[in-house]
Amino acid sequence: MERKRQTFREWLRGGDPGIWLTAGTVSFSLIMVFGLLFLIMVEGMGHFWPKSLVRFQMLDATVSDRFRLGEMVDRETVTADQVRSSGIEVADGQELVDRTLLKTGNRDVDGFDFYWFLDDHVQSRDFPLEVFTAEREEWGNFYGTALGIEQDGKAITVPENGLWPEINIRLERKASIKKRIKQIEKKEMGGVNYRLERLRLRLRKLELASVSLSDTRYSEIKLERNELDTLYASLSGELSALYKKIDRDVLVAETINGNLLRLPFSTLVNAFQPNKMSLFDKVSHYFMKMAEFILDEPREANTEGGVFPAIFGTVMMVLLMSVIVTPFGVIAAIYLHEYAYQGKVTRIIRIAVNNLAGVPSIVYGVFGLGFFVYIVGGSIDKLLFPALLPAPTFGTPGLLWSSLTLALLTVPVVIVATEEGLSRIPKNIREGSLALGATKAETLWRTVLPMATPAMITGLILAVARAAGEVAPLMMVGVVKLAPSLPLDGNFPYLHLDQKFMHLGFHIYDVGFQSPNVEAARPLVYATSLLLIVIIVVLNLTAIVVRNRLRDKYDGIDT
Amino acid sequence: MQNSLLITEENRRFEKFRLLKDRIFSYVMGLGGVAVIAAITLIFVFLFYSVFPLFTEAKVGDAKYYAPESSDDILYLALEEYAEIGLKVKSSSGYTFFDTGSGDNLLTGKILSENTSSLTAFSKGDLRSRVLLLGTSNGYAHVLRPDYAISYPNDLRKITPRMTSLFDPVLVDDSFAPIRLITGQSVEDETTIVTVSSDAYVSILGLSVESSFLEEETSVSVERSALNFEGKTISQVAVDVEQRNLYVLFSDGTLELYDVTDKTAPSLIDRVKAASGGAKVTTFEFLSGGLSIIIGDNVGNLSQWFPVRDKDNIYSLVRIREFAPMEGSVVTIAAEYDRKGFSVGDSAGNFAMYHATAEQRVYFGARDGSVASSMSMSPRADAVIFGLPDRKIGIFEVYNEHPEVSFSGLWNSVWYESRQEPLFIWQSSASNNDFEPKFSLTPLAYGTLKATFYSMLFAIPLAVLGAIYTAYFMTPRMRAVVKPSLEIMAALPTVILGFLAGLWLAPLLEKKLPGFTLALLVMPLLVILAAYLWNRIPESWKRFNLEGWEALFLVPVLGLAAWLSLIMGDFIQVTFFNGSLTHWMSTEMGITYDQRNSLVVGMAIGFAVIPTIFSISEDAVFGVPRSLTMGSLALGATTWQTALRVVLLTASPGIFSAIMIGMGRAVGETMIVLMATGNTPIMDLNIFEGFRALSANIAVEMPEAEVASTHYRILFLAALVLFLVTFIVNTIAEVVRQRLREKYSSL
Repeated sequence: MERKRQTFREWLRGGDPGIWLTAGTVSFSLIMVFGLLFLIMVEGMGHFWPKSLVRFQMLDATVSDRFRLGEMVDRETVTADQVRSSGIEVADGQELVDRTLLKTGNRDVDGFDFYWFLDDHVQSRDFPLEVFTAEREEWGNFYGTALGIEQDGKAITVPENGLWPEINIRLERKASIKKRIKQIEKKEMGGVNYRLERLRLRLRKLELASVSLSDTRYSEIKLERNELDTLYASLSGELSALYKKIDRDVLVAETINGNLLRLPFSTLVNAFQPNKMSLFDKVSHYFMKMAEFILDEPREANTEGGVFPAIFGTVMMVLLMSVIVTPFGVIAAIYLHEYAYQGKVTRIIRIAVNNLAGVPSIVYGVFGLGFFVYIVGGSIDKLLFPALLPAPTFGTPGLLWSSLTLALLTVPVVIVATEEGLSRIPKNIREGSLALGATKAETLWRTVLPMATPAMITGLILAVARAAGEVAPLMMVGVVKLAPSLPLDGNFPYLHLDQKFMHLGFHIYDVGFQSPNVEAARPLVYATSLLLIVIIVVLNLTAIVVRNRLRDKYDGIDT
Repeated sequence: MQNSLLITEENRRFEKFRLLKDRIFSYVMGLGGVAVIAAITLIFVFLFYSVFPLFTEAKVGDAKYYAPESSDDILYLALEEYAEIGLKVKSSSGYTFFDTGSGDNLLTGKILSENTSSLTAFSKGDLRSRVLLLGTSNGYAHVLRPDYAISYPNDLRKITPRMTSLFDPVLVDDSFAPIRLITGQSVEDETTIVTVSSDAYVSILGLSVESSFLEEETSVSVERSALNFEGKTISQVAVDVEQRNLYVLFSDGTLELYDVTDKTAPSLIDRVKAASGGAKVTTFEFLSGGLSIIIGDNVGNLSQWFPVRDKDNIYSLVRIREFAPMEGSVVTIAAEYDRKGFSVGDSAGNFAMYHATAEQRVYFGARDGSVASSMSMSPRADAVIFGLPDRKIGIFEVYNEHPEVSFSGLWNSVWYESRQEPLFIWQSSASNNDFEPKFSLTPLAYGTLKATFYSMLFAIPLAVLGAIYTAYFMTPRMRAVVKPSLEIMAALPTVILGFLAGLWLAPLLEKKLPGFTLALLVMPLLVILAAYLWNRIPESWKRFNLEGWEALFLVPVLGLAAWLSLIMGDFIQVTFFNGSLTHWMSTEMGITYDQRNSLVVGMAIGFAVIPTIFSISEDAVFGVPRSLTMGSLALGATTWQTALRVVLLTASPGIFSAIMIGMGRAVGETMIVLMATGNTPIMDLNIFEGFRALSANIAVEMPEAEVASTHYRILFLAALVLFLVTFIVNTIAEVVRQRLREKYSSL
């Protein structure tokens, strides 16, 4: 069919532009969503890639700062006036200047680890092979050249196969000693301390109950304490020996401008020569760093290292929450849908439950703090832990209260999803079961509930996805920026519900906004965000898939 | 076979068991269901329960009386910190410390030992400093202070009172004239004494203690000056605790304020008529901190006054506010030690408690018909001690936890001390002790509304138009992908959006503001241009039909538009604004630009609520019955006309409810506002400035608030407000949506 050519005015009146404009809003939203995911992915994944070290040879510089070495972070073009106003000289007549942001590390030498350099001030740039990156326990990265190794204060002769194989051997030695130290400090000594604390409590309880001093229990406690003290002394003896051992080696290195530095191996986390690495080396380094990110503990006020405690805390909290929310949510849904009289009151309750999902999470946080922590927790402390007072046990934010608060926050989600599932089950199935003589309970238990299981699971997954991303209420009822130990360990009662914990979402807030060196921490925040998004998107997709399967299944039954 | 039909004993038991199980099951379900619903209601109840004490009236206990033990009049009564020991100063210049529990005297002493003079004037200094001043008939001023030493023998608190004389008696002037009125202050090394003689001659003395290092001695240097008011009658004088302001009240009701910072040269600041309409001022009293005075008159009016500085740095004494009047003449006013509260006794025997800043009376009642001639509050404001004309002393307990909160104080502007005008201020804590917390929820609510407004401005067009397109024009194949991907957006943790808004978008926006502004224009233009071009391409060239796929086709077009606007924006910025529009705005136009501002928050929260609004309005549009649209098209309307006049109109209640639910989410959003604004509680419409929202305020301050304090309860109030607002908004949306559903099903 041949259409007549429209004039522009006719075209406008036909409403085509309206359709296209509305289409544009969808495109814009899509660009935003996928652009955002892409941004986080690129920034988050890029964090682990070993970056090459570039050397700038500066113009008009003294010998002591002729070179600059570091990772390239950013480039931009700015007007010369802006640069001039910050006190840097630019040739007259020049309008625009290009500049490069370099992460120069060596915070202990230079004071800062990020610098902007005008391209006009750089004579030449190259990638020297010999330089290396050292990740340290403190002061951030070191960039420079390795000169030699000192053992017990004396320089060793460089072996034939070069310095770096030797460095790597000694790094491995350090790592194994460090592992043992951690084992002793965290597990063994932590255990002894925990048992000592329990002894102290037992003693305090005896005192509170005013048991006479001649009671045999006192001597038992004393005996056990002596035993633990000896154990502790032997452990600390081993520990100090290990610390002596780990301090044996020192890496002698110089900065690009020739400042000599002695880096004890005990302070090094990792050292490598990025400019010499092959693609394969880089890929394996990439995965090693990624594993470190997921499995290690944070360093340097959370701005370096891994996020394992945060992952663990998030998972723990969400698991506990699921255990609480599932039965209650399902029971409430069954009650509302199967037992309650379907009148006005039930309808109002249903709307109210629905609306609670829209109540701001911070309100739940306030409730959790005021009710769970101060009132319930305070009463528990008075009843069960009087020996510990005035130090609170449950009367302070902690894991249990966080899980309970989030369970309350997500219970509407579970109720709504389960009810939806129940209402999808065809009437004839229920009636068939009742006609065969089953009681209502049997009908529900044997036929209705199994069929509604996918709906419950959907509800639970949605609840978990929502809980994993919530931060605001948790800030009041239990997360901390750095928890000294995990809420699950080898000491009785193994799961410590009263402990505070770390959380991925709060980690993002804390590192991104409260840390002293935001610039250095930014890549880590992107990586953490990516991790959290992956967890939540996977959970949501699962829920959607389960829901779709479920619909297909019952649509089949209906017809 | 036959057996199974018979009802055996065993069978019957089994049936019973089944029925029992059924019943237990239903009980468990009922109990559990009701428990969960109760737990949910508990949130509301608990929030309300926590807020409730803020708005309850104060209560007082029954008065306890001590027997009068001397024939002296009582000049002054005071209590120490724990209200365990009382002090009375008597007109015979004696004083007695007594146990408030038993009424036993603990320590009795005499201030004037020599018999050559008698006590003619008495006053107290600042309540916290506990200083007492006495003037004698031979012109000497005595400065004293009751001290309370606390020790803990056997883990029990023991308080030992003592009266300390801070100086040797000071001779006011050489005339040895009797002192009629006295006032003064003594804080650390600085002391001010002001006396009035019977012929209205006012002497001002400044004493400073200087300690020399070499000799371990201290010497007192004295500065003095005088004011002469011959012919007038002075009824009261008072110096504030800073020892800068001297208030002189004359019997004709004139109140004069003098600057006595320099004790040798007092200067008049302002003169006002303190009582209005023929009333006579009876007494005035400093509030805690000494910045303002409460004036009471003989018809029961009470008003607060303090010096206000104008633009030219000139002070004037201003009547700030008036309080609910007493029934009789105001006899005595007693200030609280820490809060801006005060108690009043009148000639009709009534007793009332007020809070100045909150502008409210928190208690009013008759006190056994007895008129208190002198009255003091305990330092913790939990007890009042009063003396009666028949020399009896009474004491009663006071329960007054939150006088500083009133509805008007929370939502209206409040004129705080040393401010130039009434303001909305939220400032819950400060580093110094004599700070008065300022709890105005208005700037916070304003911040919340500002965030909601800008985010809705961003989200509504995108989400609603997008929903119309997705539901009505888009091909089902593309819709199956687009809808879930936009819905997943809803699950993105807001902490990530906040982080990106604060650390990525905010710096980017600051650098590329012209580009972003241009994009608002370039994007729609380019979309229309692309549409027109597509329309002009001859049909024979087109390899595929774009109908329903426009959104996909427009993705690269919009990308191009964004890139073009950023490039153009950079060019404009460099050529016209010297490289930075934001810098230019603040220097040339005076518009403040915060990096983390409302625009950033609007975009971030907008992004967070788009999926909510989109998803619900898409459902509404998609649910419009086909018969309606088909009818419209059959009558000759174009698809666009049908979309606008039929589909949009029918679905509008659904879209409305979607917007309401989105708004509910925006109101309570916490992490984004916390991370993407500066969190300063200012009230300003400027889109380039930050704010502080109710939710972020709770998140920041709740962990530090002391349990059951006023601050804590006000934060609960903020949470309750958020809860109610979102709950109501959501309920309206839900009801509208259900109505719509019924309408659709009937069509």
